[in-house]
Amino acid sequence: MEYEKIPAEEFRFVQENEIIRDKELQTKSRSFFADALVRFSKNKSSVIATWILAFLLVYALVAPLISPYNIRDLDTIYINYPPFVRKVADLGLGILDGATSLDSQSENAMLAWRAIAEETGMDPLIRVLGTHETETKNKGQTVYRTTYDIEVNSYYRKGIIYKTFSYSEFENIQQWQNENGIQVIYPYVDTKDINGITGRPNIWYQVDKKGNPVLDDNGEFIPVYCTNASKAGAEYNSLRIPSDPGNYIYSYGKSGSVQCRVLYYNYYRYVNGMEPSYLMGTNALGQDIFCGIGVGARFSIIFAILVSSINLTIGAVYGAIQGYYGGAIDMALDRISDILSGVPFMVVTTLFQLHLAKKVGIVPSFLFAFVLTGWIGMAALTRKQFYRFKGQEFVMAARTLGASDRRLMFKHIFPNAIGTIITSCALIIPGVISSETSMTYLGIVDLSSFAGTTIGTLLSQGNAVVTSAPHAILYPSIFLGLLMICFNLFGNGLRDAFNPSTRGVDD
Amino acid sequence: MIKYAIRRTLYMILVFFIITLMCFVLIRMLPLPALPPDDIHTEVIQLRREALGYNKPYLEQFAIFLRGVFTKFDWGLSEQLYTGRPVLEIFLEKLPPTMIVNLYSILWTIPVGIGLGILAALMKNTWVDYTISTLTMVVISVPSFVYAFLVQYIFCFRLRWFPLIMKGGTDWFSPAMFKSMIPAVMALSFGVIAGFCRTTRAELTEVLTSEFMLLARTKGLTKTQATIRHALRNCFVVIVPGIFGEFIGILGGSLIIEKIFSIPGVGGLTLAAINSQDYNVFIMSTCFYTAIGLVASLVVDISYGFIDPRIRMGSKK
Repeated sequence: MEYEKIPAEEFRFVQENEIIRDKELQTKSRSFFADALVRFSKNKSSVIATWILAFLLVYALVAPLISPYNIRDLDTIYINYPPFVRKVADLGLGILDGATSLDSQSENAMLAWRAIAEETGMDPLIRVLGTHETETKNKGQTVYRTTYDIEVNSYYRKGIIYKTFSYSEFENIQQWQNENGIQVIYPYVDTKDINGITGRPNIWYQVDKKGNPVLDDNGEFIPVYCTNASKAGAEYNSLRIPSDPGNYIYSYGKSGSVQCRVLYYNYYRYVNGMEPSYLMGTNALGQDIFCGIGVGARFSIIFAILVSSINLTIGAVYGAIQGYYGGAIDMALDRISDILSGVPFMVVTTLFQLHLAKKVGIVPSFLFAFVLTGWIGMAALTRKQFYRFKGQEFVMAARTLGASDRRLMFKHIFPNAIGTIITSCALIIPGVISSETSMTYLGIVDLSSFAGTTIGTLLSQGNAVVTSAPHAILYPSIFLGLLMICFNLFGNGLRDAFNPSTRGVDD
Repeated sequence: MIKYAIRRTLYMILVFFIITLMCFVLIRMLPLPALPPDDIHTEVIQLRREALGYNKPYLEQFAIFLRGVFTKFDWGLSEQLYTGRPVLEIFLEKLPPTMIVNLYSILWTIPVGIGLGILAALMKNTWVDYTISTLTMVVISVPSFVYAFLVQYIFCFRLRWFPLIMKGGTDWFSPAMFKSMIPAVMALSFGVIAGFCRTTRAELTEVLTSEFMLLARTKGLTKTQATIRHALRNCFVVIVPGIFGEFIGILGGSLIIEKIFSIPGVGGLTLAAINSQDYNVFIMSTCFYTAIGLVASLVVDISYGFIDPRIRMGSKK
């Protein structure tokens, strides 16, 4: 009682005039996150993975912008064509040259390639890989045949196609030809002059009945361009090919329109205003794969981040309630998650697509399918963390001070569990991308009308032509594989950094 | 232990029924696709729909459905894919290829996966371990269609060792059929091998550093003896349930691998049913996949208790 009112002058400092021998702390204090960052940056593979991941993310954002093509640009002729960029192809390095290998090409086939080169000035033949001499017995005579394994440029190989134009379109092309000096329309060849062969627009020379070229004495092609002016569909006042004496006709009259022989490569330049340059080739729809991967990946990543953050929130709240209250509530909620986790994901996706796609759209219903079951893992994880922390002294202390349930859950226990939760989020994202890709690959969900294309769609289109155009599946595969590996390495690195005790233990 | 097993089984059956009911109602709520007007089966299907109570409340429909399934094994008729044929018959026809392909894959993935895992754990922190761990990580991360493509391109197309897609016909055990299954088996196996390898390595590494291993060495066992008698046995407690789970999982197969290699299996049937809106077939596959998932997790849970007497599940925590 006598201590209750002590006058102020009775107080004095204990160490007022003494030397304090304690050393001041020399090092800076480091927060939990900074500490984790230091540990993370010591893990070499994760750091490399993070850089590659950053590169892939930048690619996904930038590729659709720097690609000369839009994802809606479809080409009807250049379908599943290999990578080609004219400037690189001309260097002859063997890359980006649109090369397709062809085996066992006969002499006549080789002549046909030569004919395209002579007419259009674009030589489809890139290189001869090998020649074979074969000996066959034909009616008692031994015939020697030479066959060639060659690589041809797919873009030049297409050569000339038949195309029907309206009169005004025909005029426009002529005008474009005059302005740019590029020959699009080539002289017409009447099918009567080539033994009635139809469907082979690349023939401009004299042929036998089978369509094999008939050469003159010097081994040159004999042109059979049509000179019958009465057959011409419209007047032609534009570029003529150098060998033209001036009487070749360039179009063939059809009712209300004209049919022409058009060099597709140059026609493409007329339509698109540039030469074809597909860094990774084209797919089954004639889309640029370089752009397609970017567009698909952009969608996948944004979608995955969205799904993970929603699932993270739901899972955290659900798990927190389960773990904090325990007992009957825990049991009841556990039964619900048991039932939901038992439904196969493929079935959930299908049902949501069938029921909701028409009402709320394909992407939201796909999102709901992910959200319906995706949070369960997160909830289990949070629940475990809550069981771990809820009995500890600091929680009791906070409770004694009168903290409410909600405050205890989200201000005191949750921050302790946040490291585990963040790291598992980094591992959820690749999982979502993988499931999303599978579903679009299988065609259960078709996102092409919304996103343009997705990696899964690209892969499934590529898989159909795996033998004839392996590039169409190769590049999406490489991208997806790298993305998955890097995301997982990054996630593992994060987990090791945040929970050093579990380092090296998978799962 | 047995009591626990029975309780888990009953609970699983209950969960299964709830899921089936949910999916059943959701599927029945979908608008029915139109039937071809001049097909001979149309009338039969119409009558069947009438008998199955398509105009009655959904719970009543479910009761009729369950009665059909339990009393006559009647899962309804296929309406679009194989018009007029019983769903169960089609389904049983599609089951063998899926199962055989998966069986082949599981038969060689278990020894290889566990073997690699043991090797990596025993040679921890050497180049062998690093190589195996890195490859495991890569294979687990990369989705299966990527290496299915690699297998198809390299072995089937470039080297021409195997046909590109699975052979048709029903001679499941002929040599030609086996050969045509190899690519699919390979593509299926990589992921499973990597999974087993990773689990084995993680478990064995942990067991090898535990104190009873030190005791075993101290009492005079060689390293090999100690590893085989004590370490391996303990790490199998975790691995064996995984193998059981995997065995149940072989029934389900992989939708993606089945699509890529044109395996005429359950996965292909399910996809076709979805695309052509053959809902009776789809209900059957839904039940099938749900049951497989539930049974696999049940078997894993129960087998833990039977393998390791130290784990007393169901007893109070």
